[in-house]
Amino acid sequence: MSLLTPAIGLLFWMLVVFLLLVVVLRAYAWKPIIAGLKDREHEIQSALDLAQQTKAEMVKLQADNAKQLAEANAARDRIIREAKDAADHMIAEAREKATVEGQKVLESARETIRNEQQAAISQMKKEVATLSLQIAEQVLRRELSDKASQEKLVAELASNARMN
Amino acid sequence: MLIHIRRYLKVALVATLLVSNPLWAQHNDSPGPHGEVVDEIEQSGHEDTTSQEGHEEEEFNIGEMIMHHIADSHEWEYAHGLVIPLPVILYSQDRGVEAFMSSKFHNPQHEYNGYLLTHDDKEVIVPVDESRTVYDFSITKNVASMLLSAIILILIFGTVAGAYKSRPGKAPRGFQSAMEIIILFIRDEVVKPNIGPTYEKYLPYMLTLFFFILINNLLGLLPGAANLTGNIAITLTLAVLTFVIVHINANKHYYMHLFKPTGVPVALLPVMVPVEIVGVFMKPFSLMVRLFANITAGHIILLSLFGLIFIFKSIYLAPVVSLFALFMNFIEIMVAFIQAFIFTLLSCMYIGSAIEDNHEADHGIGH
Repeated sequence: MSLLTPAIGLLFWMLVVFLLLVVVLRAYAWKPIIAGLKDREHEIQSALDLAQQTKAEMVKLQADNAKQLAEANAARDRIIREAKDAADHMIAEAREKATVEGQKVLESARETIRNEQQAAISQMKKEVATLSLQIAEQVLRRELSDKASQEKLVAELASNARMN
Repeated sequence: MLIHIRRYLKVALVATLLVSNPLWAQHNDSPGPHGEVVDEIEQSGHEDTTSQEGHEEEEFNIGEMIMHHIADSHEWEYAHGLVIPLPVILYSQDRGVEAFMSSKFHNPQHEYNGYLLTHDDKEVIVPVDESRTVYDFSITKNVASMLLSAIILILIFGTVAGAYKSRPGKAPRGFQSAMEIIILFIRDEVVKPNIGPTYEKYLPYMLTLFFFILINNLLGLLPGAANLTGNIAITLTLAVLTFVIVHINANKHYYMHLFKPTGVPVALLPVMVPVEIVGVFMKPFSLMVRLFANITAGHIILLSLFGLIFIFKSIYLAPVVSLFALFMNFIEIMVAFIQAFIFTLLSCMYIGSAIEDNHEADHGIGH
């Protein structure tokens, strides 16, 4: 059948035209198209990779931030606690010192008072002795006859002594 | 550039619609004039008469009409009366290369310069002196259509490639994205999975193959166009090219498997080796026949449907037939894509099976 017998001219032209078409399209169409497609795919892939990488970095950064925050909080707490301790310590020390000082002052005051007392007592004793001696001297000197004037004199002297 | 292409395609579409009207008009005409031509051709073919006989009403021969439309021709008869003459190029040993326009055969004898244009079974140029042999390298209707498709392909993909060059790294736009979908489909679904890691070497050929078949399938559906992919010479060339590519690139496992199939007892080798060798040639043969038969069958169905109008000589049949033909046209558009896809897919599979390296595994099982 004529449909099934290829014509030599058509075979020839088909071979020539098709091979030329392959060569021309390969050089002027497929190469830039395939290269363009590949470049774009590469760009998309690298953009995706970059996004993934950035995401991972963000997660890491956030973890770091949290860690740093926790560390900072801990440091702050520690510093506050130390300061408090130091303050307490200082207050306690001061209080102790003050107590000791006070005690010392009190002690010395007491000592002074005691000394003064002693001195006053001894003075008074001396005064009383002197006074007694003076009274006795007076009494003896006057040689009073009546008892009443003697007693009056004693009372007078006693009141004078109390006046001192 | 993109806008230019779009405008060009629009103009082409409108022009096609306008010019296709005479064709339908021709079909609605009585078959008289057409029959007359056939009558004339018959007469000259038999070389028994030089004078035209009376205008007798010729019986409409649907087979002849269909064959006339499917076969190649030395002139492009776009519609009845609208004939584009094409160059005839002949080579013979004694006369060398001869070239003239096919319109030179427009005389009652269909004879020019010692050559006859016969129309018996197929339109052939034969020398009057039968002792001479002549080789016909004419730019026939099919060759012209092929050149047209090549120009269209270069225009389309030159433009698309230009878009990739002028806007690198940008999202595709317009016509570029339409073509990109198909190119990516061929690359990612057809070529890459079937050929394997070395697919890039074969990608330009496969893309050209796919788009060449596709555009010629689609062009063949236009009224008055050539039936290029339904011509055995075209599918033969494509199949042979695939065959050559397969056997140039095939690895030693492929050839070893051919002559010493693994896991086959030695006693069976005389049977198996011829079977394997026949299989090698059956693959491209099936490629050739599949495309040829599918496209030709589609054309025959469409032409048969239109032929019904003239067989029944009834205008009332025309709307029904047109509906059927419309339906068939949609199917043919689908077939145009499917056949281009299948041819490319099977070519990739043949190449893939010849270059793949997994025959080692078979050896392992055999031992």
